[in-house]
Amino acid sequence: MTFFRAEDLSIRFGGIRAVERVSFETREREVLTIIGPNGAGKTTIFNLISRIYAPSEGRLVFRDQDITRVPPHRIAGLGIARTFQNNELFEHATVLANLLLGRHAHRTTGLLGEMLFLPGVRRAERAHRERAEEIIDFLDLQRHRDAMVRSLPFGVRKVVELGRALAAEPTLLLLDEPSSGLNVEETDDMAFWIHDIRSLRGITVLMVEHDMRLVGQVSDRVIALNDGQIIAEGTPQDVQRHPEVVKAYLGG
Amino acid sequence: MRVIFKTDYDQDLRLFRHGGAVLWYAVLGAALLLAPWAVGEYWLSQLAFVCVYGMAGIGLMLLSGYAGQISLGHAAFFAAGAYTETLLLTHGWPFPLTLLAAGLLAGAVGVAIGLPALRLSGIYLAIATLAFAFIVEEILARWESVTNGNNGLSVPVARIGPIAFDPSGRLFYYLALAAVVLLMLGAINLLRSPTGRAFVAVRDSEIAAQSMGVNLAWYKTVAFGVSAAFTGVAGAFYAHKLQFISPEAFTLVLSIELLVMVVVGGLGSLHGAIYGAAFIIVLPEAIGVAKDHLPASIAGQPGLKSLVFGLVVIGFMLFEPLGIYGRWRKIQLYFQLFPLYRRATFRRQRSYLRTERLR
Amino acid sequence: MEVAQFTQQVVSGIAIGCVYALVALGFVLIYKATEVVNFAQGELLMLGAFLGYTLIVMVGFDFWLGGLLAVALTAAIGFALERTVVRPIVGQPVFAIVMVTIGIGFVARSVVTMIPGWGVDTHVIRTPFANRTLTLAGVVLSQDHVAIIVLTVALCLSLFGFFRYTRLGVAMQATSQNQLAAYYVGIPVKTVFSLIWAISAAVAAFAGLLLAPIAFVHANMGFIGIKAFPAAVLGGFGSIPGAVVGGVIIGAVEALAGFYLPEGFKDVAAYIVLLLVLLLRPQGLFGGVARKKV
Repeated sequence: MTFFRAEDLSIRFGGIRAVERVSFETREREVLTIIGPNGAGKTTIFNLISRIYAPSEGRLVFRDQDITRVPPHRIAGLGIARTFQNNELFEHATVLANLLLGRHAHRTTGLLGEMLFLPGVRRAERAHRERAEEIIDFLDLQRHRDAMVRSLPFGVRKVVELGRALAAEPTLLLLDEPSSGLNVEETDDMAFWIHDIRSLRGITVLMVEHDMRLVGQVSDRVIALNDGQIIAEGTPQDVQRHPEVVKAYLGG
Repeated sequence: MRVIFKTDYDQDLRLFRHGGAVLWYAVLGAALLLAPWAVGEYWLSQLAFVCVYGMAGIGLMLLSGYAGQISLGHAAFFAAGAYTETLLLTHGWPFPLTLLAAGLLAGAVGVAIGLPALRLSGIYLAIATLAFAFIVEEILARWESVTNGNNGLSVPVARIGPIAFDPSGRLFYYLALAAVVLLMLGAINLLRSPTGRAFVAVRDSEIAAQSMGVNLAWYKTVAFGVSAAFTGVAGAFYAHKLQFISPEAFTLVLSIELLVMVVVGGLGSLHGAIYGAAFIIVLPEAIGVAKDHLPASIAGQPGLKSLVFGLVVIGFMLFEPLGIYGRWRKIQLYFQLFPLYRRATFRRQRSYLRTERLR
Repeated sequence: MEVAQFTQQVVSGIAIGCVYALVALGFVLIYKATEVVNFAQGELLMLGAFLGYTLIVMVGFDFWLGGLLAVALTAAIGFALERTVVRPIVGQPVFAIVMVTIGIGFVARSVVTMIPGWGVDTHVIRTPFANRTLTLAGVVLSQDHVAIIVLTVALCLSLFGFFRYTRLGVAMQATSQNQLAAYYVGIPVKTVFSLIWAISAAVAAFAGLLLAPIAFVHANMGFIGIKAFPAAVLGGFGSIPGAVVGGVIIGAVEALAGFYLPEGFKDVAAYIVLLLVLLLRPQGLFGGVARKKV
């Protein structure tokens, strides 16, 4: 069973071919990074996987299940969580609330029970909070636990976004430019976390990234994308030296 | 500032954050229970109105404040509850059952209105709710066989067995008080569980909400349904208070009044609903009192109440957008931090127009 | 006879539709630039009508001159409103600004009732085309209606020319599309917003004067502005030609509904159309579908 597979994935926006016949595979417990110049279609692929967009052609298969037509809100329940390039956090809620929302896919309680706040609901709430606290510990977010997201600095927001995705207990984690906007120390922290996410938690990571140092530190395999098409695939070193990749980044 | 050291998950879940809060709410509760002996019949009646508007406010707050779905047509749910209660009582249904039915029917109307909402957001949704309210008002006026059209219906007095709940009496007041407390508890429970968080997610970022597994259609529908049901119960009580209902009691003006109520009260907290309800009832009284001290030329003007109403709304939006509850929190913080309170604590960063056209 | 009656109904519907269209136009102008939904647009119409009444009937100006002055005065009121009340809340959520405009509506309505000579009475403005008819292709039409249509078309064409060919108009378009960029290229954005409100108010006043002959001038006449919403939505919120087309269609539909359908349908026809549009084609006739890029 292949863990995750994209087959001939394509999407067109009007006349623009944002993603053209992209096929790749992700093996379980590996860290696969997609690199490419801006506008190559990397985030579009993520949006296709989390079903924000529907592909014009192609298939997405996750653990032998065809997820190409699954409604967007079912994706988290299947075990796929993501972060967003530009922080799609819930601004007017606390960090804790954001993390608890990450757990929404694991909700077991119903509307009526919640309105009456039956003991089962209380127990479920405690369990959710326990898992959320565990992630707060993992990501060192204790200071910001009850702070409104709106008032937090950018670096912390990125971490909260990561925490929210982890709260969903995914088996496949999509990270969209996790280090963009972070300084060197914060990027190093991110590298350690990604490493731990894979090794200690057994989560497969599919990542879009520009920072080549980070890519080299954590990735098992790299795919290079340009103009919506895959131009190279292999280890980080091989791909970085690949002539097509050099051409795409430097031109000429 | 009181710092609460948390050692237990239940501390986050509790209704009252700390012992002091329990004390204050107990005092409030005692005051409300003893009210019939402290205030005259007129003010008792007004307090009952505050409870009624408070119920509707809680409903609207859940929908607009927490789920972010702006509703300009809440009068329609009010009317649905009021008419259901009146018609069922007139046909001999027992009283407590009619209340439940009023809530459920209004909830159904809410779900019906919420269905188009699934694809709409922001101003489109507000306008759709506005249109629905107009249509409901017209239906009430035209469906004469059932609603007696513009001639209206008289509302029978509620009874349980031999006990009659005279709308201006003590028992009715206690009933309304119990209802608003129960609905408030229901709302608080909803907000500290996954559904309430899902509401906030729908409001703040639909795309992220979906990625976390929140079914937008379901939660928007639930928000409309629950909000409408609460407002429907309020409408049933309202019918009893007015003793006579007609479509003219449920116009756009009422919808706007409800909306102003939650906004002035403080959008985004249930306290705001209650403060807003108090504001709506107290304002005409205050104007009445002020009239005695104003020259006859101003006091005699028919538009005075509207004018003050409009000015208060504008004033709050300009100077205190967080509403009455927001101002109360700031005052609380001032005293708690004294003398270290800084006036810029709540100042927001200047922001350029962040478009809401793309969601 | 059937055709003649039908045409008369349609023309009278289009005439009232022109009024809706103008209110919707002013409304969409403000929305496009600042995303403010101006719930007081109807009240600006009412103020224009009252100022017109004062100048034409009470003071005695000629219809055209008085009308022009009334429009100019209302434009000034619109400018002042933006400057004093709307500008301070820029940056707050759209909803807050909506509440402010609702408040402005309340204040406007009540102030009007307090002004001696205006009060709560209804008033009438005599126009040069009152009670006269005109025969077109064998159909007898009221001059009032025809005048409304002709004047509306003239106004729309002038506005089109203004936005397309004048520097100020182009600056207004730029500010609508990207506020920050407009600041960077040196457009005085705040003044432009005030001017947009001024133009919007002027258009509303124009509509109020057009409306005055076929309806009465009174403090609650602004409620007709609520019909601007279905018009703007039908046209596609954010599309100016759409607002005009939408208004005209709503007016025609209303007139026909009043004539052919049972009683009561006329009042809700606009809202039924609105709901149908939102259900079937939410972007309206001319609006585009916008999607957030994440």
